[in-house]
Amino acid sequence: MTRIDRTMLLAQLRRQLRVFDLPLLCALALLVAISLFTMYSAASDYDGRMLDHVRNLSIAFVLMWAAANLPLNWMMRSAVPIYALGLALLIAVALFGDIAKGARRWLDLGFTRIQPSELMKIAMPLMLAWYFQKRANAARWYDFAIAAVLLLVPVLLIARQPDLGTSLLVASAGIFVIYFAGLPWKVIAASIVAGIGSLPLLWMVMHDYQRQRVMMLLDPTSDPLGKGFHIIQSEIAVGSGGTWGKGWLDGTQAHLEFVPERTTDFVFAVYAEEFGLVGNGVLLLVYLLIIGRGLVIAANGATVFARLLAGAITLIVFTYAFVNMGMVTGILPVVGVPLPLMSYGGTAMVTLGLGLGLLMSVSRQRRLLQT
Amino acid sequence: MVEVRNTQRELRRLRVRLIVAMLVVVACFGLLLARFAWLQIHRYETFHAQAEDNRIALVPVPPSRGLIYDRNGVLLAENVSAYTLELSPKRIGYAKLDETIDALSEIVEITPLERRRFRRLAAEARTADSVPIKVRLTDEEVARLAVLRFRYPGVEIRARLFRNYPLGQSAVHVLGYIGRISPDDKRRFDEREIGSRYAGSTHTGKIGVELSYEEQLHGRPGAEEVEVSAGGRVVRSLSHTPPVPGSNLILSIDIRLQKLAEDLYGDRRGALVAIEPKTGDVLAMVSAPAFDPNLFIDGIDTQTWRGLNEDPDTPMLNRPLRGTYPPGSTYKPFMALAALTTGARAPGDTISDPGYFMLGKHRFRDSRPGGHGTVDLRKSIVVSSDTYYYKLAYEMGVDRIHAFMKPWGFGQLTGIDLPHETTGILPSTEWKMRRYKRRWIPGETPSVGIGQGYNAFTILQLAHATATLANDGVVMKPHVVRMIEDPDTRQQRPTVSEPTRRIQMHEDHLALVKSAMVDVNRFGTSRRVFADAEYVTAGKTGTSQVIGIRQNERYDAKRVAERHRDHSLYIAFAPADEPKIAIAAIVENGGFGAQAAAPLVRALLDYYLTGKLPEGYPDNALPTLPDEPDLRDIPESIEPETVETAAESETP
Repeated sequence: MTRIDRTMLLAQLRRQLRVFDLPLLCALALLVAISLFTMYSAASDYDGRMLDHVRNLSIAFVLMWAAANLPLNWMMRSAVPIYALGLALLIAVALFGDIAKGARRWLDLGFTRIQPSELMKIAMPLMLAWYFQKRANAARWYDFAIAAVLLLVPVLLIARQPDLGTSLLVASAGIFVIYFAGLPWKVIAASIVAGIGSLPLLWMVMHDYQRQRVMMLLDPTSDPLGKGFHIIQSEIAVGSGGTWGKGWLDGTQAHLEFVPERTTDFVFAVYAEEFGLVGNGVLLLVYLLIIGRGLVIAANGATVFARLLAGAITLIVFTYAFVNMGMVTGILPVVGVPLPLMSYGGTAMVTLGLGLGLLMSVSRQRRLLQT
Repeated sequence: MVEVRNTQRELRRLRVRLIVAMLVVVACFGLLLARFAWLQIHRYETFHAQAEDNRIALVPVPPSRGLIYDRNGVLLAENVSAYTLELSPKRIGYAKLDETIDALSEIVEITPLERRRFRRLAAEARTADSVPIKVRLTDEEVARLAVLRFRYPGVEIRARLFRNYPLGQSAVHVLGYIGRISPDDKRRFDEREIGSRYAGSTHTGKIGVELSYEEQLHGRPGAEEVEVSAGGRVVRSLSHTPPVPGSNLILSIDIRLQKLAEDLYGDRRGALVAIEPKTGDVLAMVSAPAFDPNLFIDGIDTQTWRGLNEDPDTPMLNRPLRGTYPPGSTYKPFMALAALTTGARAPGDTISDPGYFMLGKHRFRDSRPGGHGTVDLRKSIVVSSDTYYYKLAYEMGVDRIHAFMKPWGFGQLTGIDLPHETTGILPSTEWKMRRYKRRWIPGETPSVGIGQGYNAFTILQLAHATATLANDGVVMKPHVVRMIEDPDTRQQRPTVSEPTRRIQMHEDHLALVKSAMVDVNRFGTSRRVFADAEYVTAGKTGTSQVIGIRQNERYDAKRVAERHRDHSLYIAFAPADEPKIAIAAIVENGGFGAQAAAPLVRALLDYYLTGKLPEGYPDNALPTLPDEPDLRDIPESIEPETVETAAESETP
């Protein structure tokens, strides 16, 4: 290989790397490192799970690279079709979906089963960002009303499955876009007041299992061996980690199967047990770096669409992290929300890879404009 | 231009909103951090303790039970390792229990009895325990189960130690047996606050030495700290405290003598106790018939139990310890000593024996219709004159007899190291008042003098008194366990013989009675039995009535049902000048003393003193001695002096 070849190759590589936002990439690398160590410990009793996790992370990385290479225009153009597809699939689920664990969430496509609500997590901010881009500089009150309808239809469909957790996440993704689009503060304040006021109403329409989860949150000891077991044991895991943690691979709660779902939704309990308060602080810091960088990218976005999309995706990552850690430590009810890049699970990883890729795409195109 | 301004405004607004969002993010993360700190610092201790509780389970490791040897090192109770099939009801699930047992019963035979026993044990067991359903699996059964048991979670094959009594029936009434810990046992342990010693143990001593030395035999459990999963699965061992094995016991029993005595009884019923007079060592303690203790270890089946329990021969009754009999004429040497010591008779005093003793209108008959003519004290023992003792007893009165006999241990607990000893009855006026709320009638006294009437003693008491007589009045507490051996160091320590007493008597009186007893075997009632003995023995025959014989009626052994025939008794010690062994024996419904009991004792003395086995007795019938008995017998302080010192210090 000649020297020229090598120089060219390096240049090529550098160009490929340039699609990534370097600060974000560094923060993500830190998170992936933490994730790998934690999963190695958490999955020690699961054959092949560690390898699967590595594979999932790799897929997420490839998707991120692919999404980062997408031009903004292309994204703009695809927003409506993706949203329409997602909506169609949700309706299909409502009509012919498979029932698993008492909920109709899956759609059997013959070769694979998909959960269309997952697609909506990306489609929703794309669609709303596209809409506000279209109405840029001329947004009126009815634009927010139309946005609300675009938001509510899929959210209600998902809530009907029933999958309250995902529907709230999809709703929040949309709300973040609307918020950044400039929803008047008065309306925001009024919504919060109305939201709190409608809590009893929400309670009325909730399913039994949802009510139970809320009750468990309020008093997990009421059923220590049944429904409260997860919460109690994960709190014990976190609490017994203490300041410095029990050390990597030495978490007893997790390794002795007291922590339920320890590779998926409750992986944070494993981490918190083994690395303690100090480790938790580090993890929070890493997430804060990612979120902070995401918001900076949003602030510097080239178009309204780019800024809104970046801001919403960033806050979705935050929501996931916050809800998950809150749930594991017992301040939020148990809802199926994975910890971004930490939890085992292919679907969430795909969504997240795409989302982060979009974030990087926004970042890249801002830089292109600058140069 | 407007558009640019709008864009600028829009950008500013967005940045404000981004900053607000960031503040909310920081606030939320701050909330999380506060929550982490609350859990991981403020409540750390609580959660740490809970995690440890979750994690660590203390699994008791039961100790291995002490072994039991005879005085020559012959193994009498051992622990053998065998496999059991055990089920954990909790892991299997109570609903699926029957299904699992059905499936298993196609692999190995599980009898209805075993099922019932399992049900009972499962109900008693703590939830986490695994409960045996079939014990002592054969190798073939183990092989079959080992292949298939993985299909059934909660089914385990475990190696456990089982108690085994290799000699079966022999000495069962001394050894006793162990059995499964019952709810009653558990309550008893809890009352004595020793329940923790039985953590992990399944068996405890039920009777005999196994019960009375339970404390020494059992040992202390060890513990293994193990990490367990939420499902109760043991993940790994953290620490191990080894159990302290139970101490071994070396009995004073000479199992060969014991076995010979048992064989000599054959199908006959009766009891025999042989004691080494100097030490109180019980050399043999026979209760015939006996039973196999191995039946009881893991719960006996109802049918066998009923068979044993309802057997008219009462094999379960510990006859020497709990059977009370009138001593008959074997009481006479002691009565003679009472007469001499209390001064009621001088050695030379004579009476005329017409063959009866008249009290008012009541005629007390002598066993020899014509009487023995002129009888002095020596002759009264040698020919066993009833008339002499009717008169003597009447003159002494029951309370003086009681006062003399009490120190000899008649009607008293001997304090032997076996459970459930019976007191028996040594009559007195006070006793009768207490027992029957009636006054003593003087007419009841003569019968007491010949060992009949209210007298009811155990054969152990009779042997004990005989040994005391042989030991010149020095009372040695009888015991069946001679040494307690540390299983690790093999250091032996003697079971402390309780402080003993010396009964105050004149040497001449003692010598007179003893020589009279020698004459019994030379010229007296048992002269034929002891003809051509190679050693000098002292003895006394006895016959105790089973049914009362009415006035003017004569006892005719042939006419009386077998069960109503007289008991044949015999006491002896030998050699007479330096006694090594004292024996009391009864053969139930055996007739005259010289008929059944005396020949039996003669054969035992022959064996014990000269090593000669009875004619026709197979050489190999006795348990073989261990090859190197000396290796076992490295006594630290075996000296009987310790015992004698105690005896002397207690002597008033």
